[in-house]
Amino acid sequence: MTGWPILSTVTFLPLVGVALLLLMREDGANGRRNILNISLATTVVTFLASLFIWYHFDNSNVGFQFVESHPWLGTGIGYRVGVDGISMLFVILSTFLMPFCILASWNAIEHRLKEYMIAFLILEVLMVGVFVSLDIVLFYVFFEAGLIPMFIIIGVWGGKDRVYASYKFFLYTLLGSVLMMLAIMAMYWDAGTTDISELLKHDFPPQMQMWLWLAFFASFAVKMPMWPVHTWLPDAHVQAPTAGSVILAGILLKLGGYGLLRFSLPMFPLASDYFAPMVYALSVIAIIYTSLVAMMQEDIKKLIAYSSVAHMGYVTLGIFAANTQGVQGAIFQMISHGFVSGALFLCVGVVYDRTHTREIAAYGGLVNNMPKYAVAFMVFTMANVGLPGTSGFIGEFLTLIGAFRANTYVALFAATGVILSAGYALWLYRRVVFGALEKDSLKGLVDLSGREKLILYPLIAATIFFGVYPAPIFDVTAASVDHLVQNYSAAVEAAHKVAALVN
Amino acid sequence: MDNFAEILIASLHLTTPELMLGLGALALLMVGVFAGERSGSLVTTLALALLVAALGWIFLNPVEGLAFGGVYKADAFSRYFKMAALFAAIVSLFMAGTRAKAENLTQFEFPVLVVLATLGMMLMISANNLISVYMALELQSLALYVLAAINRDNLRATEAGLKYFVLGALSSGMMLYGMSLVYGFTGNTGFAEIAAALTAGGHSLGLVFGLVFVLAGFAFKISAVPFHMWTPDVYEGAPTPVTAFFAGAPKIAAIAMLTRIALTAFEPVHADWQQVIVFISIASMVLGSFAAIAQSNIKRLMAYSSIGHMGYALVGLAAHNQTGVSGLITYMTIYMAMTLGSFAIIMSMRTQDGQPTENISDLAGLSKSNPFMALILTLLMFSLAGIPPLAGFFAKYFVFVAAIEAKLYALSVIGVLASVVGAFYYLRVIKVMWFDAPKVSFQPSPASLKLVYGLSGLFVTAYVLFGGMLGTAADVAAKALF
Repeated sequence: MTGWPILSTVTFLPLVGVALLLLMREDGANGRRNILNISLATTVVTFLASLFIWYHFDNSNVGFQFVESHPWLGTGIGYRVGVDGISMLFVILSTFLMPFCILASWNAIEHRLKEYMIAFLILEVLMVGVFVSLDIVLFYVFFEAGLIPMFIIIGVWGGKDRVYASYKFFLYTLLGSVLMMLAIMAMYWDAGTTDISELLKHDFPPQMQMWLWLAFFASFAVKMPMWPVHTWLPDAHVQAPTAGSVILAGILLKLGGYGLLRFSLPMFPLASDYFAPMVYALSVIAIIYTSLVAMMQEDIKKLIAYSSVAHMGYVTLGIFAANTQGVQGAIFQMISHGFVSGALFLCVGVVYDRTHTREIAAYGGLVNNMPKYAVAFMVFTMANVGLPGTSGFIGEFLTLIGAFRANTYVALFAATGVILSAGYALWLYRRVVFGALEKDSLKGLVDLSGREKLILYPLIAATIFFGVYPAPIFDVTAASVDHLVQNYSAAVEAAHKVAALVN
Repeated sequence: MDNFAEILIASLHLTTPELMLGLGALALLMVGVFAGERSGSLVTTLALALLVAALGWIFLNPVEGLAFGGVYKADAFSRYFKMAALFAAIVSLFMAGTRAKAENLTQFEFPVLVVLATLGMMLMISANNLISVYMALELQSLALYVLAAINRDNLRATEAGLKYFVLGALSSGMMLYGMSLVYGFTGNTGFAEIAAALTAGGHSLGLVFGLVFVLAGFAFKISAVPFHMWTPDVYEGAPTPVTAFFAGAPKIAAIAMLTRIALTAFEPVHADWQQVIVFISIASMVLGSFAAIAQSNIKRLMAYSSIGHMGYALVGLAAHNQTGVSGLITYMTIYMAMTLGSFAIIMSMRTQDGQPTENISDLAGLSKSNPFMALILTLLMFSLAGIPPLAGFFAKYFVFVAAIEAKLYALSVIGVLASVVGAFYYLRVIKVMWFDAPKVSFQPSPASLKLVYGLSGLFVTAYVLFGGMLGTAADVAAKALF
């Protein structure tokens, strides 16, 4: 391995695009095209650069790789980055989805394109930064800073109730996060460092773990989002522009799950063990309740938003099952949900660009004049349902196995979510795509354009490829997940032994 | 006799910057009187030069020691705060000077009063004796009362000046009463002697009364709850450049003085003042957050915002440890940079016919009509709200990290929750600029103000890269008190 700081490069590469965009003027068709080309080129180059990380990644190494460490702000805060099997794929996922977001905004954004692209590129920096941070304060900085561009994206380019949605998004997530900030400080005073790799080795006192766990959970549960703090998500999704929804569903929701895997489970094992039943309960409620809510939605985006909450329920279930299958499944589910839900929002974007409505009732019979679209939408719907052969199946199945090993009843109730998801997703598909083409507003619609094919076809390929052959993902995560699970069980067992001795 | 002369010379050496300002202010007054009514801009330029010279002297001569029999103390702590206060004074005087005509501040007394107030602040920062505390404070306050009412034909400004004077006099009285009690129960006015007496004799109820009165006086000067009532009215009524000056330098000086008196003179009874500071801090954070929500005038908004920020700064003092003082120093520095930038923007808010406006709703659509100003104000608002990666977040981080070290969990939790409420009204300003359609179009900002807010925006963004240096300087300054 060379000494080239590949992670910092990938993280901050989009800033080059931002600098170029600042020099551009946005008037006339030429100006627009320049801005779009620069943004697309930046994201594609960033994605290609991030592939180097995967290429040089050592699957058998359980520690952090590509580590960079520099002193930064004093009081122990350092600039430390690195990836392991858990975080690496999220970096790739973030850089992978960005070009699609740019493409999806090609014609949809009519005003202030330059600011829009700058906001997206900055958002990319911050998201990748979250996943590569190996310093807990740096992590928090990236984690929170993402609120700024997202607030602007929803508020400026969003739909009718964008102001309400952007406020709700911002304040909800901020409220969750500030408590985590205090927990981070408490961890600093207990462990004497903010270095994540050191903190992972540190044993926090059991009583303290409980409080820290709760503070972190407050933040991640809002971000995930878990029932009952999920209500910001449908609003934000519905109001955000298509690309904003893709980022929200594809990556921002994963920050919560990633945080649970990176901090809660390995750093506070006793608290995780203690609170696991609560998380199971919340997850099962999320899966069943939000699936039922999704069924009754009249807005396509809202329906997908609620289905995201349900799917994130599987993720939390898998994580706190704390066995290999559960955790592997949770990671896989997050990755898969990243591009499947992203793709679903892109599918909504395709018809929204044409008709400017997201009401399910306004559609019907699209299969007649948009057959290619119908196929693409079907693949993603099936993946959302969890049909075997699509990537959605693997994650759901593994998390359910993991949950079954941890608690049979939980798995039983969670599995009903699979049926319910089939219910709402297929019903949505039937109402939008099948039936007779009767509405006049839909008769003139044309099938996918070249740009839209370029967006959807690679995602179809990914969905099916990872559904049939998930090994590339498991190869990366296996070693780190095993390590995590072993440490976790060892810590929990040790605590139980101590408890048994005392009794 | 030789000995006396030596001590005198040493004292004069230590107080050179104060002497420069004091003698300079008198000379400027002469220049103003002899050159007549139209000499405002000349005097302003000279006053700026004077303040810059004092700043340069302090920067180049890191002196330490006691002067004039121990009533004045120069150390790393005073050096840092003096530079900060001088810097804030220079920037606000610069803004006021370049906009004197438009702001109707052409009187030559204005720069002279700013210099005298700054002199008072520097003496406050170095004060090491209750008597010098009071003298310095009054020198500063009297200059500020006049500044608030300097537009004597303006009803709002005179009202602001009068309110400020009456309430200020009341608080000075309370503080003086407290000081007399402290003197009565310890038999001393010097900080070191008070501390020694308290260590030796333990503390009595009378002393606690005195302490509380002294703290009440300080709370008034830094506009902390429950002595904050004057702030919104004075901020709103005083001419904007004067408000910009009020919001920066005097608070820095008062916080520095409070920190020094608490950590030196009253160190032995720290459990007593700590609970008062914790209360003041919580009350300021909460009130600053909630009361600002309903404001429609941006100067009033900044007033409540400053009340809240004083609460956050006091978290560092409440922690009663070196991390906390270092955090407080960092907080005040960052607060100063953000406030000066915000006021530079408020001063730039003028409609096409040159009328100043202070309504938040007039900022609507600013991101289209003046993208640069909107961008900077957005950065400043996010920074004031404490959102990373901007400087305001780190300011909060460093004070709360100290509070957690001191195990002040309730204070910390209430503080961060209040910051979420506070985020709401900062977001409202951003929302108006970005999400609303343009209503009023502003004149282009004058270059001088653009420079100030541009630098301020640069500071809050670049802090994340270079903040380490500031942190080191703050640590050095904080160490002087421990």
